[in-house]
Amino acid sequence: MNVRKTEQKTSAYSKVLSKGKKSYIGEVGRNIIEHWQLYLLITPTLIFFIVFNYLPMYGVQLAFKEFIHIKGIMGSPWVGLRNFERFFSGYNAWALIKNTLGISFYQILAGFPIPIIFALMLNEVLNKHYKKLVQLVSYAPHFISIVVVVGMLDIFFSQSNGFVNIILTKVFGLEKGIPFLVSNSWFKTMYVFSGVWQNAGYSAIIYIAALSGVDPQLVDSAIVDGASKIRRIWHIQIPTILPTAVILLILESGNIMKVGFEKVLLMQNPLNMQSSDIISTYVYRMGLLGSDFSFATAVDLFNSVVSCILLVFVNNFAKRVSSNSLW
Amino acid sequence: MMLMREKKVKMLAETRGDKIFDIFINVIMGFILLIYIYPLIFIISASVSDPNTVLRGEMWLFPKGFTLMGYKHILQYKEIWTGYLNTIKIVLLGVPIAMSLTISAGYVLSRKEFKLRNLYMGIFVFTMFFNGGLIPTYLVIKQLNMLDTIWALILPNAITMYYVIIVRTYYNTNIPEELHEAGVIDGCSDIRFLTSVALPLAKPITAVMALFYMVDRWNMYFRPLIYLSDRKLYPLQLILREIVASSNMTPEMLEGFEPSEYAIMVQISNLMKYGVLIVASLPVLLIYPFVQKYFVQGIMIGALKG
Repeated sequence: MNVRKTEQKTSAYSKVLSKGKKSYIGEVGRNIIEHWQLYLLITPTLIFFIVFNYLPMYGVQLAFKEFIHIKGIMGSPWVGLRNFERFFSGYNAWALIKNTLGISFYQILAGFPIPIIFALMLNEVLNKHYKKLVQLVSYAPHFISIVVVVGMLDIFFSQSNGFVNIILTKVFGLEKGIPFLVSNSWFKTMYVFSGVWQNAGYSAIIYIAALSGVDPQLVDSAIVDGASKIRRIWHIQIPTILPTAVILLILESGNIMKVGFEKVLLMQNPLNMQSSDIISTYVYRMGLLGSDFSFATAVDLFNSVVSCILLVFVNNFAKRVSSNSLW
Repeated sequence: MMLMREKKVKMLAETRGDKIFDIFINVIMGFILLIYIYPLIFIISASVSDPNTVLRGEMWLFPKGFTLMGYKHILQYKEIWTGYLNTIKIVLLGVPIAMSLTISAGYVLSRKEFKLRNLYMGIFVFTMFFNGGLIPTYLVIKQLNMLDTIWALILPNAITMYYVIIVRTYYNTNIPEELHEAGVIDGCSDIRFLTSVALPLAKPITAVMALFYMVDRWNMYFRPLIYLSDRKLYPLQLILREIVASSNMTPEMLEGFEPSEYAIMVQISNLMKYGVLIVASLPVLLIYPFVQKYFVQGIMIGALKG
């Protein structure tokens, strides 16, 4: 009995000892020597992230400072939360937040279900060539630049001579064209639906793939049971893609503070500013055009902190309801 | 047997409601085709039509009053071609850099022997969630003296972390562990394994990534807008934006006109807008049909993780 105890003790002791020998740092050191080539391969990437992602994070302190050019980031004096106070007491802080969230929610509302409906419909197309053609054509706009898409919007929706307004006035007898591009009430709709036009086909790919995984025997037996096509979609196809859809929706909602900034900037004009000004375009205008560096950094920081918290929260939620998440 | 059964099932399937449903689906798909193809046809036709007919809404499908004036002026517009050249430079220089970083990082992160895998992954993935923001990044680029150089368009965005994850996932799932063990027995080094075994096996994903990076660089707009002030360096998208958005003309558009021909100049500038949209998208649209299936593959591999 006694002997056994001491034996246990010594074995535990040697375990601790050997653990000490194989300390983490020592292990890594050996790993570096053994696989130095791996470390060599990944070093440029590490340097890249440090220089272009982590160095700027150091500059975030500007948000709490009053930036003075000649003194640089380090030398500029601290001002506490003054920049944030200025933003939130400003006349447009809530309008900016409202616009940012408004565009995001609208985007999810339209941009989420449409690809699903499109995929479900495409799945029912019997002619293979027709199906292929629709796929080829509908994925294409995803690869066209935003500048071109906005240019096309200008051409087709111009109030005076745009194609859509010509149809509306000549065919439907409207007295005057609708100012699609230069009014506050139309901005969000134009933004969201041009985005749907550009990306719905491409977003549908993942659902189309999920639908191809439907068990054909299941479909056949449903047919034998006399289920109509619509019933089959309802009871077979939709449940098949539901998990994918839920995950994508959850992940999407983590991005509500990140609106496609380039496109908003390109579509913005003095006449739709009230509904098109979002946090990121405001940061660009105040910071780079107005040279108010510390104020713009503060507004930007507010935006990225909120969006970061949202993302982490949403991701953990996604992890809990399924095994899928970003990390 | 199988065919018989399928036929029987199909016959059972075709009720009247289903037939109506089929027609409905086909009509909707036809409508979708229309809203994708029609704008393209319209712009092509408008770019070779008499601008007055387009303005009045008389040109709606085929060119009216055929003219190549728009394209003639695009050919003479030097900035479009320097823009083209700059964009090509950015792609030719930027894509190889992006590819080598992405592939080596993806490969290393997929290797179980790499002890600091989780640490590195954490450092890299964190950047997807939080970044310094516009101004601090701008100041870093400025400090590095990259303002007004092509490098500001190539280096700060050299890696898209999302693509690194895709590459890593691909290597993890498609390069069997046994292959690596065999390599080790044959005395294959880590770099050698990448270049001689992993890379040749990962040809599809390599092609997909290169295409993604190419399109990203071709379409880049905001980055050159903030980092460049020298017009000689402007890539195509910036020039394109100027032409498309301008309601008045730039001096270059006026080249070769007498002041008395002002009305014609307005027409020409309208004509040029259509042509330049085509010219700027042409390369992407030309290669797109041939590489479409690779793009689809790419999004599927990404979705496995996503």
